[in-house]
Amino acid sequence: MTSGRARLLRDMVRIRVVEETLADYYRDEQQMRTPTHFSIGQEATAVGVCAATTTRDWVYTAHRSHAPYLAKGGNLKAMVAELYGKQAGCAHGRGGSIHLVDREVGFAGSAAILGEMIPVAVGTAWAFARSGEPRAAITFFGDGATEEGVFAESLNLAAVRRAPVVFVCENNLYSISSSIGARQPAGSTIRDRAEAAGVTAVQVDGNDVFAVHDAARLALRHCREGRGPYLLELATYRWREHVGPGFDHGHDHGYRPVEETEGWMARCPILRATETLREQDPDIDRTVAEWRVRFDDEIQSAVAYAKEQPFPDIEALLDGVYQPVPR
Amino acid sequence: MRTLTYWQAISEATVQCMEADESIFIAGEGVDDVKGTFGTTKEAFARFGASRVIDVPNSENATAGFAVGAAAGGLRPLLVHTRADFMFLALDPLVNLAAKWRYMYGGDKGGVPVVTRGVVGRGWGQGATHSQSPHATFAHYAGLYVAAPASPADAKGLLVQALTGDTPVVLVENRNLYPLTGEVPAEAIGIPFGVGRIARRGDDVTVVATSLMVHEAERAAGQLAERGISAEVIDVRSLRPLDERIICESVARTGRLVVADTSWARYGFTAEVAAVVAEHIPDALTAPVRRLALPDCPAPVSWPLEEAFHPGAGSIVEACLQLCGQAPVDLPALADVAAGFQGPY
Repeated sequence: MTSGRARLLRDMVRIRVVEETLADYYRDEQQMRTPTHFSIGQEATAVGVCAATTTRDWVYTAHRSHAPYLAKGGNLKAMVAELYGKQAGCAHGRGGSIHLVDREVGFAGSAAILGEMIPVAVGTAWAFARSGEPRAAITFFGDGATEEGVFAESLNLAAVRRAPVVFVCENNLYSISSSIGARQPAGSTIRDRAEAAGVTAVQVDGNDVFAVHDAARLALRHCREGRGPYLLELATYRWREHVGPGFDHGHDHGYRPVEETEGWMARCPILRATETLREQDPDIDRTVAEWRVRFDDEIQSAVAYAKEQPFPDIEALLDGVYQPVPR
Repeated sequence: MRTLTYWQAISEATVQCMEADESIFIAGEGVDDVKGTFGTTKEAFARFGASRVIDVPNSENATAGFAVGAAAGGLRPLLVHTRADFMFLALDPLVNLAAKWRYMYGGDKGGVPVVTRGVVGRGWGQGATHSQSPHATFAHYAGLYVAAPASPADAKGLLVQALTGDTPVVLVENRNLYPLTGEVPAEAIGIPFGVGRIARRGDDVTVVATSLMVHEAERAAGQLAERGISAEVIDVRSLRPLDERIICESVARTGRLVVADTSWARYGFTAEVAAVVAEHIPDALTAPVRRLALPDCPAPVSWPLEEAFHPGAGSIVEACLQLCGQAPVDLPALADVAAGFQGPY
């Protein structure tokens, strides 16, 4: 029996194994022809938050979508098939990495423009509240998105309407290659901006999955009790380049110091959670190793499945733009 | 049949649809205020209150995204912009999300039927950012329907269709049409998008128009009749989908085409109609296409400049006479349909 805390670790290991495997195939085979934004190193934010939701709570994300999709329970085979552009993909090959969706589990959609899913979650949350059901909407976005005007508008709108929405900012310090110091005033925080707009907000160590999970449970309880929106500012770090499979530090990129990246990699959320659990479960390392094997099998078979699937029929290129009109 | 004004028709459609479907709500800046968006949202607010007619903060971008999220969650939002110029602030949610939602999520998971009403039209020196009509901007994008009703009956029917369909819709209303009266069915019956209407039958020249220009074209046709020229006026009703059949059938018969719009010619509605005719019936034209649109400058404020800026019936008469090989004549000048506008703004 896997405890709740061990499940958080297990889900992070699964996302790590899936994304590392996909990154390798992406780089080596060039068959996934869709811009991929990996969350390797950031697994604790997705897992900690999504584990606090039920399938009745809807999650929206921006472009860095794989980890929240999988953490929410999204279908892995359908995700991989989508990355390969196949008809069996979760969006039938029309969306790609940036437009994942799995309504069955409450992964309501992801989209490309930085802040654009933020107000969408506010609207869904308001719709939930209007129906009187204790459901919440969650929206993941990066620190870069908080510079878009729609972030400020959405905080205000959500606060005025007391929408049960959890704003989840994965603050990984970089917008492509621009550091937050070049984009936001020194000493300011995203939490402070949310609080100034009347939204309850906290800062959490985003590489500590247990801390994230505890904070997310509080946030969702706050929403379900009708106390309005909530913002989680989660400090974390992506290991790979902004888009694509490569490591981009220490080579010709130069936008972030090698020491900085190595420091964050030492604070790997999976290593940290494993260390925490080792006190109560001395066998945890063996368990993690077993999980790695199991999830490696799972992703290899998902890739094999995706490769076997047919591409969409070209005859159907225009299908789905509009609702079919009965004739 | 009883008559209603254009604004009353919009109000009636809204109230009837909201009565029939409690998932419909109105959102916009000031939709609950004493003026009620030129009267169009006043009765809805009186009937359904602040829970279904919601005043939103000044946040066009977030509100349009909010509407997309509400629609994804099963509601039917009706967004209202008292000045359509503010819709540019909502372009990202409308164009990048609402228009593409159904397709980018695979087509089988449903769309987000966000209905957006935008008010356009000149008043007194409305100027560069309040005298423009963005209908062609939105009509460019697959996934949206865009309509510009010219009559009270269409203002009701197209709004009913929008609020009962499953496609995001942009409805562009010309404020100068609000006082216009016409017969309107009492029932909430939708008018399908993509079906144009012959506003006046004729054989010598086809005038394809939208919104306010339909009325200018009809007035022009009256004057042309006095000169023995029979002009057919086509009201396209919706710009996307566009009723290509009604346009081509008419031009195939008359051999002459004038297109009249309340916006600019370049890359706009008049260009699209001309292209449709050129693509489908290139041999039908016996004279070059004439386009009547705004001069290529932003709207000026000063009275004589503004008068020169907006095309009216007179310029349609001139264009038709020219295409029919007749010299310009001194017919009594027609005041614009919008000439009766009373201030203060």
